[in-house]
Amino acid sequence: MALTPAITDIEQLRDKPEVEALLGWNQAAIAGAKFDRNELTIWLNRDQLIPAMQFLRDNEATRFNLLSDVTCVDWFPSEPRFEVVYQITSIPRKTRMRVKVKLDSSDTRIASVISVWPSSNFFEREVFDLFGIQFEGHPYMKRIMMPEDWKGHPLRKDYPVEGYR
Amino acid sequence: MALTSTPGVTVEREPGADTTMILNMGPQHPSTHGVLRLVVEIDGETIVRIMPDIGYLHTGIEKTTEAKFYQQVVPLTDRIDYLCPMTNNLTYCLAVEKLLGMEIPKRAQWIRVMLNELTRINSHLVWLGTHAMDIGALTVFLYCFREREDLLRLFEMVSGQRMMTSYFRIGGVSLDLPLGFLERVKDFADRFPANVDEYENLLTNNPIWINRLKGVAYISPEDAIALGTTGPTLRACGIDYDLRRDAPYSGYENFKFKVPTSTVGDVYARYLVRVQELRESIGIVQQCLQGMPEAGPIKADAPKVVLPDREKMKTQMESLIYHFKIVTEGFTVPAGEVYQAVESPRGEMGYYIVSDGTAKPYRVHMRSPSFANLQALPAMCEGRLIADVVAAIGSIDIVLGDVDR
Repeated sequence: MALTPAITDIEQLRDKPEVEALLGWNQAAIAGAKFDRNELTIWLNRDQLIPAMQFLRDNEATRFNLLSDVTCVDWFPSEPRFEVVYQITSIPRKTRMRVKVKLDSSDTRIASVISVWPSSNFFEREVFDLFGIQFEGHPYMKRIMMPEDWKGHPLRKDYPVEGYR
Repeated sequence: MALTSTPGVTVEREPGADTTMILNMGPQHPSTHGVLRLVVEIDGETIVRIMPDIGYLHTGIEKTTEAKFYQQVVPLTDRIDYLCPMTNNLTYCLAVEKLLGMEIPKRAQWIRVMLNELTRINSHLVWLGTHAMDIGALTVFLYCFREREDLLRLFEMVSGQRMMTSYFRIGGVSLDLPLGFLERVKDFADRFPANVDEYENLLTNNPIWINRLKGVAYISPEDAIALGTTGPTLRACGIDYDLRRDAPYSGYENFKFKVPTSTVGDVYARYLVRVQELRESIGIVQQCLQGMPEAGPIKADAPKVVLPDREKMKTQMESLIYHFKIVTEGFTVPAGEVYQAVESPRGEMGYYIVSDGTAKPYRVHMRSPSFANLQALPAMCEGRLIADVVAAIGSIDIVLGDVDR
């Protein structure tokens, strides 16, 4: 299982049904793609997130009916600073893929996918709590892990591991 | 019309119009399996709304990992889901091995599968014992913990620790199996099916048990998927999905086992599914014992990543250098990201690891099954009786260390 270089050219990834379906649906929604270590990643444009996710859930060729995980990666100090990461799983097709959306540190708002998968509820609250990403349309955007009166977002890279002294 | 005669005081609602009451359950409630707080709004005995409040056990493991070398994260993973430490170890090691593109020797894979299934049995025994105790069948707890003690002794024999084993390492396992270990596992595996019969004798056809469990905390398959449940909770509503079979890892494709399911979707169905899983797991352990490669390496051949044998380190200069370098500087991992999912006793346990090419992980995120399964609790309880909340919590088998991380 030696490592092969990642494929980042979307035209070469047309043999993946997910990529083919998304390209056929709306080419403008996709900001990039990567196939690395047997895992497919697709970057979406922020404004196209909800329709694209709905498409991925409902389309016959993709059928990603389970949202496994929502998390975030902080690339401080580079911009766009945040990447919100969705791991989605198709139970009938037994496949999974990763969807990412990049966010600038000046505008950390993103639409909540709770209308597509209700399971994003706790996950999005956790990302809000630990990274400070605002999920618009989430009915209860409150801290979930840290105490309610906590200041700051601990998983950001500019937040020291031992806390502020 | 003024409802009060006291000047200056206005009452907006008529006394008695407010028919609901807020009840605080936990965080120190013994039946919440840790420190779960539930805010329950009840109307008489019927639940109107239920809201889990979590975070009491949040220890910031994800943040801590960013300051550790890759190999130093393994002991932290034990402490996430403390009822199945080996499954956590396995998921983390598999994820890092995927990042490294590393091949694991067959013997190490089989040892991992065997111990992982013993861990599943261990976790299910704790679940069965405490779940039955919550509902009032105290005896079952003692029977389950009797067998769990045998398992903990096995874990102690193999790793030196009863609970926080840290036995799996990146590239293999830390030490070869001790002499006489497989015989003891065989002894356990031979008598365990009779023990499961014993538990089933106490519970499966017990009218009190059936009355408390049947039809309680029902969830439909559509809701279960939408709310992100996995594992036995999902399989008990008829979705046949098990990562061991559907996305095999660590050599699970070499084993034959059934995936127990039920189409009923209530607490009793979840009980039956988990008890069947006990039997299937012991079958996998038996297959491991029969097919275990006799001898062979237990670590991958990657001197820059895997610590050398103690004996070699003391006699060979090169091994000593590698040992020194790994311990002091760690090992670098090629940049990239992976998501590795494993079927833990509770459901899909996933580790998402991002590497930036240094010796410390850039980001480690644990997708814990308890965290996602807990979201299904309101759907299971709302509109039903307060007395069944404890049965519902027990049936989704949450571990609060896993929820809060």
